[in-house]
Amino acid sequence: MSDQATRDRYWKANLRLMAICLIIWFVVSYGFGILLVDFLDRFQLFGYPLGFWFAQQGSIYTFLGLIFFYAWRMNKLDREHDFHEE
Amino acid sequence: MDLQTLTYIVVGFTFVIYIGIAIWSRAHSTGDFYVAGKGVHPVANGMATAADWMSAASFISMAGLIAFLGYDGSVYLMGWTGGYVLLALLLAPYLRKYGKFTVPEFIGDRYYSKSARIVAVICLIFISFTYVAGQMRGVGIVFSRFLEVDILTGLLVGMGIVFIYAVLGGMKGITYTQVAQYCVLIFAYTVPAVFISIQLTGNPLPQLGLGSTVNGAESTWLLERLDTVVQDLGFSAYTDGSKARIDVFCITLALMVGTAGLPHVIVRFFTVPKVTDARRSAGWALLFIAILYTTAPAVGAMARLNLVETIWPGGTTEEAEPLAYEERPDWFRTWERTGLIGFEDKNDDGRMQFYNDANDQFAPVAESRGWAGNEVTVDRDIMVLANPEIANLPNWVIALIAAGGIAAALSTAAGLLLVISSAVSHDLIKGVFAPDLSERGELLAGRIAAAVAICIAGYLGYNPPGFVAQVVAFAFGLAAASLFPAIIMGIFSTRINREGAIAGMLAGLFFTFGYILYFKGIFITPLAENVPENWLFGISPEGIGVIGALLNIVVATVVSRLTAPPPAEIRDLIEDIRVPRGAAAAHGH
Repeated sequence: MSDQATRDRYWKANLRLMAICLIIWFVVSYGFGILLVDFLDRFQLFGYPLGFWFAQQGSIYTFLGLIFFYAWRMNKLDREHDFHEE
Repeated sequence: MDLQTLTYIVVGFTFVIYIGIAIWSRAHSTGDFYVAGKGVHPVANGMATAADWMSAASFISMAGLIAFLGYDGSVYLMGWTGGYVLLALLLAPYLRKYGKFTVPEFIGDRYYSKSARIVAVICLIFISFTYVAGQMRGVGIVFSRFLEVDILTGLLVGMGIVFIYAVLGGMKGITYTQVAQYCVLIFAYTVPAVFISIQLTGNPLPQLGLGSTVNGAESTWLLERLDTVVQDLGFSAYTDGSKARIDVFCITLALMVGTAGLPHVIVRFFTVPKVTDARRSAGWALLFIAILYTTAPAVGAMARLNLVETIWPGGTTEEAEPLAYEERPDWFRTWERTGLIGFEDKNDDGRMQFYNDANDQFAPVAESRGWAGNEVTVDRDIMVLANPEIANLPNWVIALIAAGGIAAALSTAAGLLLVISSAVSHDLIKGVFAPDLSERGELLAGRIAAAVAICIAGYLGYNPPGFVAQVVAFAFGLAAASLFPAIIMGIFSTRINREGAIAGMLAGLFFTFGYILYFKGIFITPLAENVPENWLFGISPEGIGVIGALLNIVVATVVSRLTAPPPAEIRDLIEDIRVPRGAAAAHGH
């Protein structure tokens, strides 16, 4: 089962998932929290200026979601490619 | 019961728990000592990682730092949490699959070179010792502040406790004490925060309270009010930053990459049973960390507002007068004695003019109102330490803060001491100098190394070399520039070879070390003034680890291209760590 072709497919799928997660990671913290903060601060989220909220709250919640999402997706990938641990 | 007795009882009780756990979880093998037998449940490992990670600085100083930095404080909030995404995605599962004991061991195996392993050990020891000196100092300070003993006594007690559970229990003892320490510190942190949030906004969740309206003025948002009052006093708006964007960007990135490269954090993911556990455990760790890290900005903002409104009870508008010194609240008197808050009546009117006298544009306003300079000095640590008193909470909460601060400092110190001792006993003694050492001999060597490391750390805590304040820049910058790129390239590239990795690590290490030295002059006088005009691309020494990491990658890639590719068995090793199956096989070695 675990021939070279399967390995390559598994690794490519992993890298793709990783890239998606890292793009979100970057956009939310460096994009929303730092580079676009002045623009986003024109909007309000309750009492928070939106950019400020991303920098001090939202980015952390996103990080958390990303890790659990990645772990869940990878467990599925492991099984689909029969690389999961017994 | 008076506060002093209560504090002794609460702190003493937590010590009994830690020592009890140490005796229950003694290490019987090197596997127990280095990686807790790889049998730690991912949730327990998450808690232990959180306690390992959150130091005395996170617990005591961070909220105060944010209180005075406002938006600029975000670099710490994002920087010290975002690294867990990198850990979970890029490092933890693969290093767990690799399945041995230490970070230098991985670098040595992957780059088939004892020299690479030794370079990694040097990086690790340098990073960990600079970091641990600050922790031991923290232990001493917390003891002396709350238990009113001198710093040396506090330090010795702290060293004694760490000695018992680190030397006896190794990683196993440390892991389970860290779980207990996490519970103590998070409880101590959140209870006062919840009460302050209720008092100011009526919302029990500080994370929501920070975005709510203030009690008594249902149409004013808390942050809006805070922006107004601090600007009235000549400070910059709380929700705006004053640092350059490029610098904020680089500091955040250096802290994130540094976090993911800190050996005492990485090694925690060696302790879980499976690869899937390593992925998930990083999530649990961040969840437990996030509880404190999302509360801290609320504590910072609310404490700042409380402080301003205590000193300016009639508001901060043109006609308002600050509080008379004689009418200052009790908590102000208490903390005045410790020197953390001070008053100097510069214009002899008996009132406490608290404003920003460093702002030139505000100077005419201050002069017209008869102010002769800022009269109230506030240490940022007070934002957490005095919180329970400001919120009128009972004495046991104050005692809890003491226990929490000590828990935060001890847990981080123990984690750091363990990676130092395993680098010495496993990577240097067993790996390089005495490969024939028996398991019992190695375990003994590990215990001796831990004991010696505790003594050195204690000494550094008592006689802090001038650089303790710069430790953050140093430890994170070096971790980001040396270990992190070497590990990542080892997993994701099959082409980076021995020569490339060593050259890369050395380039990153020396560049970052040199840059920090150049501006901060830790052992020498700084060679240039530490101001934005002098910085490379406008990046401060705190953020330079990013450039160091890039340099490491570029050098490693170029050198690897010019030299022979890694041997076939290394490719097999890389292929093997990339898939989870088979990790259990490494379990019992």
